[in-house]
Amino acid sequence: MRATCWNGVTDVAVETVPDPQIVNPRDAILRITSTAICGSDLHLYDGYIPTMMKGDILGHEFMGEVVEVGPGVKNLKVGDRVVTPFPISCGGCYFCTTGQFSLCENSNPNAWMAEKLWGHSPAGLFGYSHMLGGYAGGQAEYVRVPFADVGPIKVPSHLSDDQVLFLSDIFPTGYMAAENCNIQKGDTVAVWGCGPVGLFAIASAFIFGAERVIAIDRFPERLRKARDHAKAETLNYEEVDVLEALKELTGGRGPDACIDAVGMEGHAHGFFGAYDRVKQAMRMQTDRPTVLREVLQACRNGGTVSVPGVYGGLLDKVPFGAIVNKALTVKSGQTHVQRYLKPLLELIEQGRIDPSFVISHHLPLEMAPEGYRMFRDKQDECTKVVLKPGLKKEDVQRPRARGGDGGTLLH
Amino acid sequence: MSTESPEIPRGPARGSPDYAAYAAGDMRRNEIRARAQRRRTSARALYADPHRTARALAWLSVGLGAAAVLTPRIVGHLTGVGSRTGLLRTIGVRELASGAGLFGARNATPWLWSRVLGDTMDLMVLGSAAVNPAVGTRMRPLVSLGLFAGIAAADVAASLRQTRQRSRGGVRAGEAEEYLERSVIINKSPQECYQYWRTLTNAPNFMHTIDSVTEIDERRSHWVAQMPGGARIEWDSRISEDKPGERIAWHSEANAPLRHAGVVSFERAPGDRGTLVRFTVHYQPPAGRAGRRVAQWFGKGPQVQIMEDLRRFKQILETGEIATTRGQPSGRRSVMARMVRAGRGA
Repeated sequence: MRATCWNGVTDVAVETVPDPQIVNPRDAILRITSTAICGSDLHLYDGYIPTMMKGDILGHEFMGEVVEVGPGVKNLKVGDRVVTPFPISCGGCYFCTTGQFSLCENSNPNAWMAEKLWGHSPAGLFGYSHMLGGYAGGQAEYVRVPFADVGPIKVPSHLSDDQVLFLSDIFPTGYMAAENCNIQKGDTVAVWGCGPVGLFAIASAFIFGAERVIAIDRFPERLRKARDHAKAETLNYEEVDVLEALKELTGGRGPDACIDAVGMEGHAHGFFGAYDRVKQAMRMQTDRPTVLREVLQACRNGGTVSVPGVYGGLLDKVPFGAIVNKALTVKSGQTHVQRYLKPLLELIEQGRIDPSFVISHHLPLEMAPEGYRMFRDKQDECTKVVLKPGLKKEDVQRPRARGGDGGTLLH
Repeated sequence: MSTESPEIPRGPARGSPDYAAYAAGDMRRNEIRARAQRRRTSARALYADPHRTARALAWLSVGLGAAAVLTPRIVGHLTGVGSRTGLLRTIGVRELASGAGLFGARNATPWLWSRVLGDTMDLMVLGSAAVNPAVGTRMRPLVSLGLFAGIAAADVAASLRQTRQRSRGGVRAGEAEEYLERSVIINKSPQECYQYWRTLTNAPNFMHTIDSVTEIDERRSHWVAQMPGGARIEWDSRISEDKPGERIAWHSEANAPLRHAGVVSFERAPGDRGTLVRFTVHYQPPAGRAGRRVAQWFGKGPQVQIMEDLRRFKQILETGEIATTRGQPSGRRSVMARMVRAGRGA
């Protein structure tokens, strides 16, 4: 089969590799129909996640058709159309049985590696480094799904791939980020980063009862999406001092909850921007905590900080004092996707939300390297790339017309 | 130095029916007792523990070094070396360096030998002072000479012992018997966990090195293990205690190349969150070259090895299979990546 392989820093290639096989009784094999490049894949692309190996198959947002099931999978049959969550979860351990699927104790065969870095190991993930399991990912024609009786959800045929694909990661991730904010009716929520997760977090914050959502980014097309499709007020951090502006917008008090939907590769100008870039490039810190610092500063006293953005290791100069002295609550975690599949699929079916609006590009699987480059450099107003095996290069469309007709997030 | 001191109560004889209980329960108490004994400040205890000896010598170095660097005149006067302050300061710096080395180094051996070298130098300086006294009589250099000869003897003794010990594989006092313990919580009842473990023929499913287990009778079984590097070892094992749903204790029989005793216990975890499985093994590193090889492998990370076994045990009970990426596709691997994966058997 053809698969997107990580061959080194900023080096991915679509290669011919052996087809996946059923290994364990609870495995299934999917034929991929749609798969997306995630913002967190860019951390792999840029080489900031340790324990990647040349030849690893990438991709953790995918859906497709079941083509083979192991003898232990009773709820799926060949031909079912399913979306698969990015964390691999056994369904039987303490964490799975209490709904904390991304903390599954049994799905990471390399748990000892993660334990060295973090003390304990979370669940194994598709295509996301060896310390998180070393599982082959789904930016390919086929993928092996372990514990297929727990993760994948069947989706009805009247919904398109574009509408349901993001149940695999970014929609639940944005949703959980908002849920973690413990939003009370009338709250003001600030969201850093208007990439797909940020946009879903904005929409979800409104669902949880927020009165105002303030979105922060620097790319005009992303801010426009936040404003036009998700009804957020927007701040461009290249034009205003975000901390000042947020105080101004909230009567000096600060937002009730703040969401860092950026993570370890935040951008900043001035001294700290340069400082973090140098330290990260020298591998003296694994993450650039630009946004995290700002979020902790901005949040109101007693407020909640929610971090769906990925941080991997050690962060420098994080104002922990703000957490203590302002009595902040900080919540984070890889998304417990399995927990949200059903309720969010219902929202889509009811037509209350249409996740497909975040897509800017459909590309053939063969064009994955171009997709990574475009998404990383935000070329061509790129917000989300969906790769489709079998799509012809000639059929690639320009980014859909923007400005109102690109679908609306909230109805 | 004898590895027998400080004396740790040895408990019942290996192979006796009480041994397994001793191995599991009393070993921890013995560990604590041994540590307390090591901490005792008597000269005998000081000498008994090479680590403490090295630290004492390090303090001596720092003390002498600081005195020589800061107050070379006084030191020169007291030792009878005279006002050769430049020389004394140099000696002081050397002492400080070897002191720092002894404190900081994981391996004290070279630093101890560096002290012996320094002592030789000091004795030569004092000797020359005794022949040509700078301050009045020969009394002071001679007394100093005696004192430093004593220190030198202590340094030589400590260095020799340390060297011998490291070449023996670094077994320190009180560690002649190895003891490991690991635990895991499993989302199943104690009875279920017990049942899977008690069916000894299941062992190869989750114990990495075990090839096969054959039950001889109710209590006895025959075990075959494949050690890394290809060595195959076999032994008989006897269950000495069997409390359904609670604990199983066993020990190897006389034919075992790696003598050991183990206990696995199953307790209800707090809050009814499944079963706390605690695995304890107590083994005697075997003598002889072959035995040392086994022990070396075992010493490489047995904690991790046992934890991995327990993790597989948990996976089987909770999920019915063992999570793996064995045989999955990948793109072209680099040489390094291929080696790492081959090493892990993945």
